[in-house]
Amino acid sequence: MKKSIRMKAAAAAIAVAGALGMVHEAAAQANEIFVPVLVYRTGAYAPNGVPWADGFVDYLKLVNERDGGVNGIKIAFEECETGYATDRGVECYERLKSKKPVAVNPLSTGITFALTEKVAADKIVLMTTGYGRSESADGSVFAWNFPLLGTYWSAADMLVQHVAKKGSLKGKKIALVYHDSPYGKEPIKVLEEHAKKHGFNFIKLPVTHPGVEQKATWLQIRQQRPDYVFLWGWGVMNSTSIKEAIAVSYPRLQMYGVWWSSAEPDVLPAEAAAKGYNGITLGHSSEKGLPVHKDMLKHLYDKGKGTSAKKEEVGSVLYNRGMLSALLLVEGIKVAQGKYGKRVVTGEEVRWGVENLNIDAAKIKALGVEGMMQPVKTSCRDHEGVRKGRIHTWDGTAWSYTSEWLEADNKFLRPMVEAQAKAYAAEKKITPRDCSKEK
Amino acid sequence: MNFLQSKWMTVALFAVLGAGAVAPLLVTDTRLPQWIEVVLGGLMSGVLYSLVALGLVLIFKASGVFNFAQGAMVLFAALSLVRIMEKVPFPVALVLTIAIMVAVAWLIERLVLRPLVNQEGIVLFMATLGIAYFLDGLGQTVWGSDIYTLDIGMPKEPKILLENVFEGGILVGMEDVIAAVIAAVLVGVLALFFQKTPTGRALRAVADDHQAAQSIGIPLNRIWVIVWTVSGIVALVAGIIWGSKLGVQFSLQLVALKALPVVILGGFTSVPGAIIGGLIIGLGEKLSEVYLGPLLGGGIENWFAYVLALVFLLFRPEGLFGEKHIDRV
Repeated sequence: MKKSIRMKAAAAAIAVAGALGMVHEAAAQANEIFVPVLVYRTGAYAPNGVPWADGFVDYLKLVNERDGGVNGIKIAFEECETGYATDRGVECYERLKSKKPVAVNPLSTGITFALTEKVAADKIVLMTTGYGRSESADGSVFAWNFPLLGTYWSAADMLVQHVAKKGSLKGKKIALVYHDSPYGKEPIKVLEEHAKKHGFNFIKLPVTHPGVEQKATWLQIRQQRPDYVFLWGWGVMNSTSIKEAIAVSYPRLQMYGVWWSSAEPDVLPAEAAAKGYNGITLGHSSEKGLPVHKDMLKHLYDKGKGTSAKKEEVGSVLYNRGMLSALLLVEGIKVAQGKYGKRVVTGEEVRWGVENLNIDAAKIKALGVEGMMQPVKTSCRDHEGVRKGRIHTWDGTAWSYTSEWLEADNKFLRPMVEAQAKAYAAEKKITPRDCSKEK
Repeated sequence: MNFLQSKWMTVALFAVLGAGAVAPLLVTDTRLPQWIEVVLGGLMSGVLYSLVALGLVLIFKASGVFNFAQGAMVLFAALSLVRIMEKVPFPVALVLTIAIMVAVAWLIERLVLRPLVNQEGIVLFMATLGIAYFLDGLGQTVWGSDIYTLDIGMPKEPKILLENVFEGGILVGMEDVIAAVIAAVLVGVLALFFQKTPTGRALRAVADDHQAAQSIGIPLNRIWVIVWTVSGIVALVAGIIWGSKLGVQFSLQLVALKALPVVILGGFTSVPGAIIGGLIIGLGEKLSEVYLGPLLGGGIENWFAYVLALVFLLFRPEGLFGEKHIDRV
């Protein structure tokens, strides 16, 4: 009898929860713009996934709290845990697409590869700020993909430019220690081309998921003694690489991480021993105290509405990246509303908005992110918008910039981008858009 | 007895593995100091795998349960310790964490194992799968999912030995050496516990037959609490060493999965088997990554152990030192 009552109570609770979910869904469709937030707050990649997710969600909350939404239209969002697994990411996407999202930001190159065809069919913008497929910078083929602020090819090019400034690379060795996944493999093509161009010996050292076993990799580095090590890791792989570098006495000064391998969770576990480790930035580092951060604290954290459990996280590298990713989406929505009206816009309309971003220095200042972002201008031809970064170096306690601005050489990269995009178009039978006719 | 189960087969297996280990010196232009570094690195990693495998063997010996939750226990114990250490000194945190692991063991016995007495091994295995997921979630919910630094004073910088013998010397990670010593001490203590104490003998009796052990007055429930507690403490030691090396974070439990091929190699019921299995896996994966990796595209360190375990399952399912399974028909 007792069991039966308990069963009924559980069934009732499930029914109520389901009904509430439906109410939320209906509300999201009526007068709100819905954004799914694919995150990983648990699992092997959580230390890096959490600050990004906090920054992304906080910015959406800030727009709702401070501005009352985008031109009066609130943004509804829902998190879905992917664990950085492609299958779970696709599952999240499929589950949330019924809520008519305008854009998705999966924070995984693997999930990006899996969603590229789906988003075009579903008319949902695929924003991959600082990651994703490098050839998707060519918007004539990849109409729905936006690898804003920089692709991995841009990152690899800037890193080679930087080390080349220290002296000729001819006859030198550059090792790439990479996550053995679509993400980690992305820079290989560009580095191979650069190896031919500059005459350096390129060594590829894959590390399998999750990247905690690297002893053999670093013993190879000790034996081969490369002049530079480029690190293309994620999550715990990064801190493990730095620790293993210490264990084989490889100089941290000769190590350069991509922007996903040079944040606080990557260096803090190694503490002072990580001193001297470098990374190429996606235009920003761990800036704190900018107007946008002050707004976050004032409108969210002081009212107990902040997403992060730790207020100090606001302004950290990955928090800033999540925040900028959300900011670019919001700006895309604003541009779309400028053309189609200040209402709930559709995915197609937001796609146009993100394709016509023009965020200049004055706009960047007005958004409160001056110094964290370079002017971004997208077009049908260029879905990347900007390809600039600086090297930042860990001094044992904080990141600081240690180079002038670098800009990826688009004359070198663009033919590769177009060739790869063309091959994709041929494989998928896509007719590239004529960008001269796009308005 | 056929050849596959004979001592000669064991000797032959060791000969094949040994030949594989020295092959790089004979067929490539590898220099001796480089090879020694890889071998040492592999053996040190192997010792750490053995530590986790010990926990598995312990529970299997005492209860016949293959504890899939051992990795989750390593993570849970290390997470508990590192977070408690934020408030109190290390010795106090250690005692509190041991208390938590005792409580976990008691709860597992009370809520999971007791209702499943005399069930099939596969049922108990499935129950441990549930425990693994529960501990995973609970640990991260209660203690968080960041990477936590666990500093117990282990030396991080390596030492270069024999510099006057070999050019560049031989690099030895002192952290690994200390870990190996701790593991060796733990193995010694466990071997004594199993062989020389009444509780150890009772544990082995329970492993042979739950009902028979109960019928001669061995308190099954208490024995299970003891064995899960000991296993929890072994998990804590493994968690401290791994955590000190990698930081305390979720992936610790994925590393702990390596204990599975280790026990397949060494045998589910053998403490020395867990040690030797760990050393073979550690050595094998490092040598294969360094010397076969460039030929096969690299990244083989992770799957090598499982392939080796598969070969053993095909030809010698009881492992190198496991008890031979004899069915009377």
